Amino acid sequence: MALDSLNWMAGGPQGSGVDTAANIFGRACGYGGLYVFGRREYHSNIKGLHSYFHLRVSTKEKLANLNDVNLLAAFDSETVIRHIQEVVPEGGIIVNSQEMSAKILNIPTLPPEFKVELQKLMKAKGINETLKDFLDYAQNNKIQVFPVPYIGLLNIIGKKLNIPQISRITRMINVLTIGVSFALLKYDRTLVERAVRAMFPEKIATMNILALEEAYAYAEKTFKNNLSFKLEKTDAKEERIFLTGNEAVAMGKVLGGCRVQTYYPITPAADESEYLEAHQILKTSQEDEAIIVIQTEDEIAAINSASGAALAGARAATSTSGPGFSLMVEGLSWAGNDEVPVVITYYQRGAPATGLPTRHGQADLRFAMHAGHGEFPRIILASGDIKECFYDAAKAFNFAEKYQMPVIHLIDKAMANCSQTYPVFDYSNFKIDRGLLLTEKDLEGKEYKRFRLTETGISPRAPLGTKNAVQWYTGDEHNETGHISEESLNRRQMVEKRMRKLELVDKEVPVEEKLNFFGDEGSDNIVVSWGSPKGAIIESLEMLKEEGYGLGFLQLRMLNPLPVEHVRRALAGRKKIIDVEDNYTGQLGGLIKETTGIAPNFHILKYTGRPTTTTEMYNALKAVVTDKASERQVLMSGN
Amino acid sequence: METKPSDYRVTDVYADWCPGCGDFGIMNALQMAFAELGLQPHQIVIVSGIGCSGKEAHNVKANGVHTLHGRTLPFATGIKIANPDLEVLAVGGDGDGLGIGAGHFVNTGRRNIDMTYIIHNNGVYGLTKGQASPTLKRDLKTKSLPKPNINDPVNPIGLAIISGYTFTARSYAYDVKHLKDTIKQAIQHKGLAFVECLQPCPTYNDINTKDWYAGEDRKDNQGKPQPRLYKLEDTGFDPEVRDWKQDLSKKMAALEKAEEWGDRIPIGVFYRKEYESTFEERIDNRIPFYRNRPPAKQKLSDEKGKSMVDLSQFTDYLKTS
Repeated sequence: MALDSLNWMAGGPQGSGVDTAANIFGRACGYGGLYVFGRREYHSNIKGLHSYFHLRVSTKEKLANLNDVNLLAAFDSETVIRHIQEVVPEGGIIVNSQEMSAKILNIPTLPPEFKVELQKLMKAKGINETLKDFLDYAQNNKIQVFPVPYIGLLNIIGKKLNIPQISRITRMINVLTIGVSFALLKYDRTLVERAVRAMFPEKIATMNILALEEAYAYAEKTFKNNLSFKLEKTDAKEERIFLTGNEAVAMGKVLGGCRVQTYYPITPAADESEYLEAHQILKTSQEDEAIIVIQTEDEIAAINSASGAALAGARAATSTSGPGFSLMVEGLSWAGNDEVPVVITYYQRGAPATGLPTRHGQADLRFAMHAGHGEFPRIILASGDIKECFYDAAKAFNFAEKYQMPVIHLIDKAMANCSQTYPVFDYSNFKIDRGLLLTEKDLEGKEYKRFRLTETGISPRAPLGTKNAVQWYTGDEHNETGHISEESLNRRQMVEKRMRKLELVDKEVPVEEKLNFFGDEGSDNIVVSWGSPKGAIIESLEMLKEEGYGLGFLQLRMLNPLPVEHVRRALAGRKKIIDVEDNYTGQLGGLIKETTGIAPNFHILKYTGRPTTTTEMYNALKAVVTDKASERQVLMSGN
Repeated sequence: METKPSDYRVTDVYADWCPGCGDFGIMNALQMAFAELGLQPHQIVIVSGIGCSGKEAHNVKANGVHTLHGRTLPFATGIKIANPDLEVLAVGGDGDGLGIGAGHFVNTGRRNIDMTYIIHNNGVYGLTKGQASPTLKRDLKTKSLPKPNINDPVNPIGLAIISGYTFTARSYAYDVKHLKDTIKQAIQHKGLAFVECLQPCPTYNDINTKDWYAGEDRKDNQGKPQPRLYKLEDTGFDPEVRDWKQDLSKKMAALEKAEEWGDRIPIGVFYRKEYESTFEERIDNRIPFYRNRPPAKQKLSDEKGKSMVDLSQFTDYLKTS
């Protein structure tokens, strides 16, 4: 492969199999020992609106996309129009040859504000109104166009399969474009067939493999104009998996001992719960175990049922995104007051209100930190990539039970819906730590007080139903026994008992679990960030390093309690502190200023709902280190 | 071991209900029912909501979880599913269950979890000084209402029946024996049981008072009060659904009874169906070992704390090698 990475994009109307295409493409690359990173973009819509998948394939592990598209597999005209400017010179566009005369401005799914921008482009570049005009423009920019008669090929396939109604097989356009893509990339077809077989039941797979063959044959016969790059398999021996963030979280939860998961359907969290339910019987080294997934009537029920299950002694979690978490707030406050070890997986998306329901955002850090009336302790973990999602999801249960408080695991849509290859996760060192858990025997002849005052603030806990441990909980302030108490001294003692558990967390959790440091330790310049921008930052730092600009990168993974002293030390004396976040206000930057007194002096922010690419991150960071940046840069890439 | 009501008495909490409050009767009925059923305090969980009724959880010696306004059923659901061996009772007020928690009331009916839900129905929000609850009839003006109630009431029994509760009964806080017997039946019922407990609020409901229920305002010629409450079982009413063919007609009969109010108010069992699968049985069908190893009793790690779960069942499919 001549390129450092190959960037392939498939796009089409929602419901036309874009996601499936990307999965097949990614898997096929994975089978060839290649690393894959892909992100999925879609509208809040079931059928018809534009969606796409942007996959990056490389011999090295990549954690973010570039702006570039080397090969665009367009199922429809809209895909061409929307992404034409992302396709790089020497790149290619696979397009339906039977749509060439389509009038672009008549595409009904194009939003008016998009058309305004499109018309500006048409005017500036002198592009006329048909798809062909756009493709001519592309060709003038050294982009190769590969017209394929989708319906013509489907007719041939339909005949071979004995299916006369083409409408029944139009979904196979996705596999046709995959076939053409891989044929152009000169990639081993057997690996693609294997991916098709992995994705579909046998009968459907056979049909799709036929489509694949037709597409390969058509492309090999028709396109003599080769791409200047190809895709070659490697002989990597490492065992890898290709998975999404939702799947990584689900697996982490299983490892962490989650046995009750509650949820109310919401994007982009629900896939995780459905995945868990589909795999609810769990193989272990001893007897089978099981996780019970309950779809509740709303998020209020979800958090409170999870708390109930946790009180009964099960490791319990719920999973949601912003609007759902808003409904959980009162329940969170109860869980904090009653020291319930409940885990909340919080997938941030474009907000406020319904916001951008299927898009990305990172604007809920402050909300997660402060949600709930009153003051109570909570732990907030923020993963920066899928691998961290897995380990943090497991660890969250240890933290919840050990410190007896709600744990919020902050993820974002970018991670939830990205698909990535990783070496198979090694979890051999993961241990379950249930904290101070009492049994019937421990309590024989003793008086049990659920909220016994202790030096650390942690009261040994017995699940509901434990003999010798009849117990009370209340959302009111309570005494050690768990009965209502409004007495001043007791109130003070209980507030302090709860809050000092956070000091224990701060003291006990090793720093390497709270933050990561990458790059140049001694540099004058440092990036601070959290969550999914991580991948783009790390890659940009490597690129800048090669150019002689060394930067450090402090990635925060425990946001509450924030490891303040470590952050202070990491930032003290730096000249440029660059806060990178996918929100408007720079929430982490503000938190750092508030807790350490050190304020970031540069901000790179993004709130378009699309994740940050390495391309734009590199440009923005380079502008900072070369003194060409304003204090606040707002990123825009992505369609 | 013989159990007595006093075994369920809490000694370190002062029951701070108003003198004459029906909550005392409900507390006594719970303690008597537990004693007669021989349940151990550690096996029972009383999940209560907000308001005066919420304090039932503190005044009975059994596990008590005093939760949020309207959320008794979600908490109870989580507890029961995590550990189906527990005897779970949700106890809450009429505003709690039929106002703020109405969504949970209906949706819990869809699950037929083997637990009991008791609503204290006194027509007012006592602890916030007597506003109208969702069960107060329209145009009534209880003591502290600035204007008569402008809303129509919900019918708790009717709502329970159409929501899928498989045991639906009504009792009266001052008839402790009847209430105790009703609670016992509810606990013993296989499936989700609902008990509406009528209850005067001596402080804020000056209309549906103890005297009103006793019919002191409507004496016969001899000056004898004509009580409003009558027992369904005394009229030969048969609430039992024996097979699915009877279900609709039994529901209709129960709904008709549920509509009776005013001079004649039925108490007793309105509707009972035992053959419906419980939520636990539905889980059993998916997880055959659910009862033996429910979520709360699963072993998560070996002696060294190592997680025993084998993730290859997930990763094998995801592998690219």
